[in-house]
Amino acid sequence: MRLKALVAVLGVGAVVACAPVQSGPANTSTDEKTGQLRVWLFDEVNRGPKEAVVKEAISEFQGKHSGVTVDVQYIQVSSRAERFKAAFSDPKSAPDVAEFGNTDLAGYVSAGGFSELDLGSWSESKDLVPTILDTAKVDGKTYGVPWFVGVRALYYRTDVFTELGLKPPATLDEIAPLARQIRQKKPELIGISAGGKYLFAALPFIWANGGDIAKQDGGKFTATIDSAEAKAGVAKYTELIKDDICPPATCAGNGGDASVEAFRAGKAAMTIGGDFNRKSVDASSAAGKYGVVPLPGRTSGSIAPAFAGGNLLGVMKGTQRKTLANEFLQLLASKKYQQKMYSAMGNLPTFSDVQKQVSDSDKFLEPFTKTLQSGTKFVPVTPAWAKIEAQTVLPTMIQEVVTGAKNVDAATADAAKTMNAAFAS
Amino acid sequence: MTAKGQGRTAFAYLTPALLVLAGLLAYPIYQLVLISLYDYGQEQVSGGAPLTFLGLGNYQKLLGDQQFWTVLGQTVAFAAVCVVGTLLVGAFLAILATRVRAWARTTLFLAALGAWSTPAVAGSTIWLFLFDANFGFVNEVLGIQGFSWTFDKWTAFGLVAAQVIWCSFPFVMVTLYAGIKAIPGEVLEAAALDGASAFRTAWSVTLPLLRPIILVVTIQSIIWDFKVFTQIYVMTNGGGIAGRNLVLNVYAYQQAFAASEYGLGAAIGVVMTVLLLVITLFYLRALRRSGEVL
Repeated sequence: MRLKALVAVLGVGAVVACAPVQSGPANTSTDEKTGQLRVWLFDEVNRGPKEAVVKEAISEFQGKHSGVTVDVQYIQVSSRAERFKAAFSDPKSAPDVAEFGNTDLAGYVSAGGFSELDLGSWSESKDLVPTILDTAKVDGKTYGVPWFVGVRALYYRTDVFTELGLKPPATLDEIAPLARQIRQKKPELIGISAGGKYLFAALPFIWANGGDIAKQDGGKFTATIDSAEAKAGVAKYTELIKDDICPPATCAGNGGDASVEAFRAGKAAMTIGGDFNRKSVDASSAAGKYGVVPLPGRTSGSIAPAFAGGNLLGVMKGTQRKTLANEFLQLLASKKYQQKMYSAMGNLPTFSDVQKQVSDSDKFLEPFTKTLQSGTKFVPVTPAWAKIEAQTVLPTMIQEVVTGAKNVDAATADAAKTMNAAFAS
Repeated sequence: MTAKGQGRTAFAYLTPALLVLAGLLAYPIYQLVLISLYDYGQEQVSGGAPLTFLGLGNYQKLLGDQQFWTVLGQTVAFAAVCVVGTLLVGAFLAILATRVRAWARTTLFLAALGAWSTPAVAGSTIWLFLFDANFGFVNEVLGIQGFSWTFDKWTAFGLVAAQVIWCSFPFVMVTLYAGIKAIPGEVLEAAALDGASAFRTAWSVTLPLLRPIILVVTIQSIIWDFKVFTQIYVMTNGGGIAGRNLVLNVYAYQQAFAASEYGLGAAIGVVMTVLLLVITLFYLRALRRSGEVL
């Protein structure tokens, strides 16, 4: 009898639980005007100055809204995927406002994580640089406010260039011969520190040659990484990771940080670095003997389109304090606080007038703001991109070419196939 | 009491254990299999998209993927090398431990326990430091500064295998040492009186007596080394240059879990579970044949 009952109970349980669990849609009907507003921001290596600016914004906000407290949690960039996934699956543990990387946007939005923003009523928003604001949009709808932007340019060692009587490259095609020449004369130096996993350094080569990762037709993405133009760019970039410029044994496994690290250690004559790398390079053996120019395009005087990286601030879909969340977001992302964040962290602002203001007062920023003004590009805005990134499709493609495992044609064709599978799912 | 009554009583006594087993084992496996039959990504988990039943779609996708077979082959070969290496090193040191003085044996055991108890991430990182291309101790001693151990596919696999052997030989050594010590002295004495050489004693007396223990450590090692994740993930930076050092567990993580394809990830999990179940069945049969009470 008891056995039968047990079997029956298990049977009922199996019928009830015959599909994997899903959390229900978050309840968004309430809009409380008091209580605690929860905010997630990214932790940084040197968080002090960021925290000070955020505290200032909080006290200004709390001064205006009585009965409201703001609780900030600093989360690790490396574990952000798990944290956000958990927050989307369980709205109760989710914050109201969060900082997140713009490449993660499409995945987060399709997971139902962030709510659409109405920036029309916010007067400052009209000064946001359009191409940067585009990185906060999915299918034409805005889900975030760009908090800061990061672009990369060409760092080079002025002492080495002076000694060898060289000038920074004027075109993209000049980089490889120039780097080869430096390594020939100074074999202890890497000509240009490029990395097999450093996608954001490789993309400008593809874009400058007229290629792209993928194209969008009526909401559907198709990989174009195997087009003739993109292949030319891949060939140009992978040419740098060869024994006579940047030996694969050293460089093939490097991402952005490791590539810049070689430059910091004084082991590379050039590298592709971001405006955000400045502080760390200034605290290294390359300090005081380096210059930065925009990464040149195919023709002299042109600039290769850079990847517009950066972070956004968004309002979570499940928030119980929608109005407060939007107000706090607009305060933290405002011109005033972007200016303060620039002074504290060196983060490039996303408003055109604030950008001009800071680059006028700081010569160092000129190559970066020039790069921004000449037009930036972005990775495909689709949830599939997160998958393509996690599966390291493009770094693997670069590494396959660099190690000689496949030629450019085969590697790009395989990458395109994997990407199309991800776009289709 | 009737036979039926006895059965009921026995069942009642077993119920708590069965419930615990069901909760800890059966339910997760049930969920794993269930998820593997669906298109189950982050959108589906957080309720942003409806569930789609795929049936065996995830399995079809997996088994149709050329890379899966490459990685499976690599995993089997890598595990085989690690198992053989672990057994040889463990057995050699176990024999050594029976032959040396007490202080030397104690030192050996302490060193082995140190390796055994080092967390996998810490151990892998320390090995990476030791074998660093420019600042590593090993390259300095060998005078080959600048040589990267983790770049080439085979040196990378070799280095990771050495690390895996280093952290898993102590189990084999301690178990075999206990086994050797448990062989009655009279048996060995009798062999000696019969005029058996040392080799003959080892081959015809010691080895057969150790057989059950060797079986246990072999199959344990197979299961462990088949599931290696940390060492490959840490030491080859997530699967090596162009993914050429991937093993099944790291592949599952990268292709499925990091990419939020939980359905596909669950399918890989089911495949691994089945493979390991086959090995375990083989293990149980082998044990039964060797006369051990199960």
